[in-house]
Amino acid sequence: MIPELGHFALVLALALAVIQTVFPMLGTFRHVQNWVAVARPAAYGQLFFLSVAYACLTYSFIVSDFSVLYVAQNSNTELPLIYRIVSVWGGHEGSLLLWALTLGMWTVAVALFSHNLPREMAARVISVMGFVSVGFLLFLVITSNPFNRLSSAPANGRDLNPLLQDPGLIMHPPMLYMGYVGFSVVFAFAVTALISGRLDSAWARWSRPWTLIAWVFLTLGITLGSWWAYYELGWGGWWFWDPVENASFMPWLIGTALLHSLAVTEKRNTFKAWTVLLAILAFSLSLLGTFLVRSGVLTSVHAFASDPSRGLFILAFLGVVVGLSLALYAWRAPSIVNSGGFSMVSRESLLLLNNILLVVACASVLLGTLYPLFLDAFNLGKISVGPPYFDNVFMFLMLPLLVLLGVGPLARWKQDNAKQLVWHLRFLLIASFGLGLLVPFFFMGMKGLSVFPGLALAFWITFTSVQSVRERLRHKTNRWQALSTIPRSFYGMTLAHIGVAVFVIGVTVSTAFSTEQDVRLEPHVELDLAGYHFIFEGVESVPGPNYTANRGTITVQQNGELVTVLHPEKRTYLVQTMPMTEADIDVTLFRDIYISLGEPLGGDSGAWSVRIYHKPFIRWIWLGALLMAIGGVLSALDMRYRKLARARQPVTEADSVTATA
Amino acid sequence: MLRAILPLAIFAVLSVFLYIGLQLDPNEKESTLIDKAAPAFNAPQLEDSTKVLNEQAFQGKVSLFNAWASWCVTCRYEHPLLMQLAQQTDIPIYGLNYKDKAADALKVLQRQGNPYIANAFDQNGRIGMDWGVIGTPETFVVDQNGVVRYKHVGPLTVEVLQETVLPLIKRLRETPNANANAANDQPPA
Repeated sequence: MIPELGHFALVLALALAVIQTVFPMLGTFRHVQNWVAVARPAAYGQLFFLSVAYACLTYSFIVSDFSVLYVAQNSNTELPLIYRIVSVWGGHEGSLLLWALTLGMWTVAVALFSHNLPREMAARVISVMGFVSVGFLLFLVITSNPFNRLSSAPANGRDLNPLLQDPGLIMHPPMLYMGYVGFSVVFAFAVTALISGRLDSAWARWSRPWTLIAWVFLTLGITLGSWWAYYELGWGGWWFWDPVENASFMPWLIGTALLHSLAVTEKRNTFKAWTVLLAILAFSLSLLGTFLVRSGVLTSVHAFASDPSRGLFILAFLGVVVGLSLALYAWRAPSIVNSGGFSMVSRESLLLLNNILLVVACASVLLGTLYPLFLDAFNLGKISVGPPYFDNVFMFLMLPLLVLLGVGPLARWKQDNAKQLVWHLRFLLIASFGLGLLVPFFFMGMKGLSVFPGLALAFWITFTSVQSVRERLRHKTNRWQALSTIPRSFYGMTLAHIGVAVFVIGVTVSTAFSTEQDVRLEPHVELDLAGYHFIFEGVESVPGPNYTANRGTITVQQNGELVTVLHPEKRTYLVQTMPMTEADIDVTLFRDIYISLGEPLGGDSGAWSVRIYHKPFIRWIWLGALLMAIGGVLSALDMRYRKLARARQPVTEADSVTATA
Repeated sequence: MLRAILPLAIFAVLSVFLYIGLQLDPNEKESTLIDKAAPAFNAPQLEDSTKVLNEQAFQGKVSLFNAWASWCVTCRYEHPLLMQLAQQTDIPIYGLNYKDKAADALKVLQRQGNPYIANAFDQNGRIGMDWGVIGTPETFVVDQNGVVRYKHVGPLTVEVLQETVLPLIKRLRETPNANANAANDQPPA
């Protein structure tokens, strides 16, 4: 009964999504106010029914209703309650329902916070989002119904993939989807602006906070995924260039470019066509990611069970959404006029370079991800592109980007002087070089110098960020008071940029100085690594809720004092009998000690192969990403979006270029 | 004008490739190799480059031939399962170390255990091409007459092993005299 109710709610949500798409849009063209007014109630209703469907599926998981195929495939009575609840998004059908629910929430957020938008514009934005929702709900109902029943229910379910039974993974998909789907808002704004032919700085100002929030969620989602892979996959890496990771990274790169070009469009009234294109691309890549993951065209650790009919549906949907919006762009773009000119050396041109580098980076990731597919299509043989390709290309593109990142916020809008700019920054330049050399030399000696490029860049970004705050305070009599008058968005930007510096330090130092050792350990054997003393106490068998584990105990000492006791585990989950490595990690800000249990080496000695890593500064990678996300939140909370939104209402046409700051 | 249409044009080309990609399901079971003699190769062994491994190794027993690389994340995910197979069954597993550096590959084996009897070291991917390897990991079932009977693309899972690979191996072992031509029975898809 409950699953049928969920199915029914899903169909009703689809019907409301159709209404939400058709009537408001037609209403704005035919000037039928009643039709335009349908937009908001339809969005609320759609979210209501999506929530009902989602709740029904969750209920089926909680009570272990194995007559529902999806529940039988992804749950088990032995599974702890919290994992039964999150199992809802553990497979294709349920995660798609989460996608649709997330879209419903974003639409309602737009409906609630768009009262100061022109009525027709809000209606069109909601209508475009409704169109996206129709596609996904049709996909759900036609090819991927999570409420399908089995004719005879099995006694127990197949269980959730043990890899996914982990706290890190509870939050990863919702965050990622919030990011993916969040770009649909900017996309809808862009399409609306193209339809009405009105691309002004007001449009950019409305889009910015939505882009920022979506970008923050995507950043957090990717970071969580990386963190999860680090401790759960058991070999201490944090990024693998897996097709599905790339699928989430591409919208992030374009989203980052979009954030920067929106700033130019808002403040300088230029880059307009480019910004609209980026807004379309960011969401298109989110959809492409969905296609890649769910169609089975590429193989990956994350790939869902593939089904060609599903692939065809998403491809068709991708074609309609992206094709239509790009056609709209092709039609309108030639008539877009940029009013704010700028010279070769200016903040605009630096931001343009930033955009080009980010877009090229995204294109190279796309190429690397799809290259095997291209070759295969041409019958040119079959290959896989490994991390070496991505590492090389990325290094090459990111170095100039990081150098520019330091200069950008200090350059003047419209026109600057290159010589003056360099002269102005000469001390910071020298200090970055000097400290980049001295700091690693001081701590590590000659062999520390391998991290010079990364550290110098990190110092450069930090110094220039601080400098840009200082320049804001120049000529102010009361500097402390002036500090509080700087807009939050400026602090947000500065913090995010410092986050990049922290991230760069983490990547550079952990890559250069991580040490690892594979050892055969018998009980009470001791060894030294990276200045720590390890004592292997032995391995014992421990039962878990739905697995049995071999749990090792390793005491870590430094200078004769106890640092920590670690318990890495080797688990065998009872239902899927899949062996899982659960590493144990001792974390401080400056280093991780990471131990994972290998294989028993046989014999009566109780010997095991054990892998020990010492990873300096690895936390800084995620810390940097976190700072970027916090910076994004700060920017989105900038007072000016609220103030201007309020002030804007009567002067919607006015396209003043007076906004400076 | 051209600039405005360019994104649409690029997307159109991309869509065509994605459409073709859908037809070329990388998990396709219909490999042209199925029920044909294993493609000949002669490669130095990864573990000891003075020895060679060739397709003759498959004669006389039903074996698995697993293409992998140290840079392949999915392979590492699959690795514990191969270790289990090697320890708990008597199915011989041969490896095709695909487009790899010997030092890196040996490090992985030393670190995570070596489930392979021997590895063919396929540095430039020639053997992989002859075998139609799309990407790593891929696993072939080769019968006692050296005939390829099954191909799995992507990581082996408990499910694939229990439902397809292990029953197939059991069946092949029970019919030792089946030759390449007589075998019309398709392996279960």
